[in-house]
Amino acid sequence: MSMMGTRVVRTEDHKLITVGGSYVDDLREPDLDGAVHAMFVRSPVAHARVTAIDSREAARAPGVVAVLTAADLDLDPPGGDHAEPWLAGDAVRYVGQPVALVLTERRYQLADAAELVDVDYDPLPAVIDLDDALAGTTLLFPGTDSNVAKTHGKPFDESAFDGCEVVVTRRIVNQRVAPAPLEVRGAACAWGADGRLTMWLSTQNPQLARDAIAGGLGLDPTAMRLIAPDVGGGFGAKIGADPDPVVLGWAARHVGRPVRWSETRSENLTAMTHGRGQQQTITIGGSRDGTVRAFGLDVVQDGGAYPRLGTTLLPGMTTLMATGTYRIPRVEAYSRSVLTTTTPTAAYRGAGRPEATAAIERAMDLFATEIGMDPAEVRRRNLIGPDEFPYQTPTGATYDTGEYAAALDRVLAAADYDGLRAEQTRRRAAGDPVVLGLGLASYVEITAGDAGGESGRMTVEPDGSVTAWTGSSPHGQGHATSFAMVLADQLGIPMERITVRHGDTDEVAKAVGTFGSRSLQLGGSAMRQAGDEVIEKARQLAAEAVEASVDDIELNTDDGAWQVRGAPSGAISWAQLAARAGDGALSADVWYSDAKPTFPFGAHLAVVEVDTGTGKVVLRRLIAVDDAGPVVNPLAFEGQRHGGLAQGAAQALLEEMTYDADGNPTTGTLADYEFISATELPDFELLDMATPTTLNPLGVKGIGEAATIGSTPAVQNAVVDALSHLGVRHVDMPAGPQRVWQAISDANRRV
Amino acid sequence: MRVTIEVNGRRTEEEVEDRTLLVHHLRDTLGLTATNIGCDTTSCGACTVLVDGESVKSCTVLAAQADGAAVTTVEGLAEGETLHPVQQAFQDHHGLQCGFCTPGMIMAAVSLLEANPRPTREDVRTGLEGNLCRCTGYHNIVDAVVAASGQEVPR
Ligand code: FES
Ligand code: FES
Repeated sequence: MSMMGTRVVRTEDHKLITVGGSYVDDLREPDLDGAVHAMFVRSPVAHARVTAIDSREAARAPGVVAVLTAADLDLDPPGGDHAEPWLAGDAVRYVGQPVALVLTERRYQLADAAELVDVDYDPLPAVIDLDDALAGTTLLFPGTDSNVAKTHGKPFDESAFDGCEVVVTRRIVNQRVAPAPLEVRGAACAWGADGRLTMWLSTQNPQLARDAIAGGLGLDPTAMRLIAPDVGGGFGAKIGADPDPVVLGWAARHVGRPVRWSETRSENLTAMTHGRGQQQTITIGGSRDGTVRAFGLDVVQDGGAYPRLGTTLLPGMTTLMATGTYRIPRVEAYSRSVLTTTTPTAAYRGAGRPEATAAIERAMDLFATEIGMDPAEVRRRNLIGPDEFPYQTPTGATYDTGEYAAALDRVLAAADYDGLRAEQTRRRAAGDPVVLGLGLASYVEITAGDAGGESGRMTVEPDGSVTAWTGSSPHGQGHATSFAMVLADQLGIPMERITVRHGDTDEVAKAVGTFGSRSLQLGGSAMRQAGDEVIEKARQLAAEAVEASVDDIELNTDDGAWQVRGAPSGAISWAQLAARAGDGALSADVWYSDAKPTFPFGAHLAVVEVDTGTGKVVLRRLIAVDDAGPVVNPLAFEGQRHGGLAQGAAQALLEEMTYDADGNPTTGTLADYEFISATELPDFELLDMATPTTLNPLGVKGIGEAATIGSTPAVQNAVVDALSHLGVRHVDMPAGPQRVWQAISDANRRV
Repeated sequence: MRVTIEVNGRRTEEEVEDRTLLVHHLRDTLGLTATNIGCDTTSCGACTVLVDGESVKSCTVLAAQADGAAVTTVEGLAEGETLHPVQQAFQDHHGLQCGFCTPGMIMAAVSLLEANPRPTREDVRTGLEGNLCRCTGYHNIVDAVVAASGQEVPR
């Protein structure tokens, strides 16, 4: 019987719960013996000219091996108009930017020495506000004439709304948040006697990281081995490599010793890339019968100080996905990425799509309120129907498959939506100071949006066990279990006999890795393709072995044995076949390239209670359909949904990276940053639905980010809905007590 | 200075710098790397261990303060091949993903169940408020702790 779709406990867990993972900081490899410890000296100011760095005193501090600055680095600087230096040279542009590197014999000597590095900063104006950044009064980069580093879509055409009976417009904020994986960034590296650099890095993409770091160091990628050991979460912020490890690799060569680095959490919150950070103007137009005819999304993306993915790529995802699950004939979507004196922005769970969904889902609610129709009904009237797929959106996306209305209806039924509405009315009428709010989100998102390939390799060992290598290197998702299930199902070899390896560029030279919810559909499909190739080879060999025609040979996946069709006696096992075939004969090494983006979708309903006296919001229920096609392992699938729901609720209610007017982070430690905890979340109510895609052999779509994308606007909409009877039409995220209380009192003042 | 600590039932005696934190002592001096460090503000609980049976954030205590005490880390929970019920439940209920919060989370859960052997789901959430997890959304952690207490987990 196939194990696909069954709840298989993860093979990764035993180690993690008994002796703990092997994260970078845990490594005790002999190659790292005698390593020096590293700490970056980071800019304490947002924007300044660096006029002098005096490291003499630091160099004399106990245990100091070296203090290195930009002046010491003999690497080619990165190019481009807004080049981000390896270490800051003559200017700093955000608090947290690396300025120098201190190397000491022991870990505890680092902070003492770093404090003694004396940097003269000649302050320049901070640029925090996005309107100021757009105005360009202070330019971040000399020689440029604007702080806008990139645009997506085409400039806004207001005439799109001509002829609409109703037009609602609103400026809303999709705030900057910290990805905050529980394991901060870390690396360790050592140069071998053969002149090769080995680096262990907490990354989602060992091969991309190797290429980037080798490139920075002027090495051929083959002169470097990069290993991602266990990675303690990434959520997009550990895609590839930041500039920091380039400096570490260089420093290790410079001092002739291995180097270890682990940042502090406070460094992590300001120096690891942030996510989101959009100011959006949403405009929705349509008729009073509930038909939406035009939607406009005008985005100003906060890129931070240097263009990373947040500037270059993610707003393009936002504009691409602007219309969500709806059939809207006219769409205007435009984004300008503007640089500010803040931490650069990049991917964070959802990466451009939560922003799109928040915009359209807030707009649908604003429209519903304006025409006096229930938000569920307005959505239903505009959803793309199941017979309209493949569906081409006006922004150029081709949605593969979907059952949007079914997802919405399933959530409404499970929640007893009508009952909840009745309770809401009752409590309002009774003057209950704690009001109920219901928030809906219908969403569709794009996964494997890069449409790149992935590698998969496997071999049946002479004892009949399997070793497989995937290019998709996980950071907590459980690929070793899920990919083993894919192969076990296909080959009929028990999971316990299948080992899935990943993360070492010397074992897998070419790969893409994990981001954009691509792993199962690309990495899993690569595994399946490798399995198919091995099966065909095995069929030939089995036919020879039992002296039958190839056409008569079949694989009995129940027993994991090859037999003449319908004749299990005389079957030949994988082990026998592998032994007969000789070393490595039953192997395949594939590059799965037939990748197209898929479009998971779903519907979420959030139920909140808001205390109108204090503004405190309590999330009572979160009910979700997340349809990503057939499920390999429901345990892992639900885990991804849970994590996504929590991170969405966290953005809606709690989390925000903030700066004061001078560009100092005001939520730059974990004591200040409102990282969501267990007490702030309800039990999640998950509903099943599985609409396959036709675009890959497993029929699967990505699930890593989906739940974040739906839950964020669902929770936000619930807060606004709770207060709608008071005349509140919008509350920006995070909807903390202060902001909610303010919205209530502003509304009270208006009436 | 010299500190003597019984760690996971084994007596250790080591020379440490005065300012050595217990978590660094465990990880760097004794090589017990399961206990992780997730912050520098006593906020995350990744470093949670038991000191004389009480759950403690080991990034907030000096090794010297644990002199003479008995410390249990997640490495000391299983009895040979037999997992502790909390460990088993974390595995069975998928209470971990990346595993980074897990050693601290498990120790906090062990201590919670010691104090409250039949917690409600709300009790579990409150009891684990000081232990942050970025991956699981806590749902399955609550399931795991409730299951470890021998109570039924609704599905
Ligand atoms: S490491 Fe975060 S509380 Fe100890
Ligand atoms: S499992 Fe990753 S932080 Fe908890």
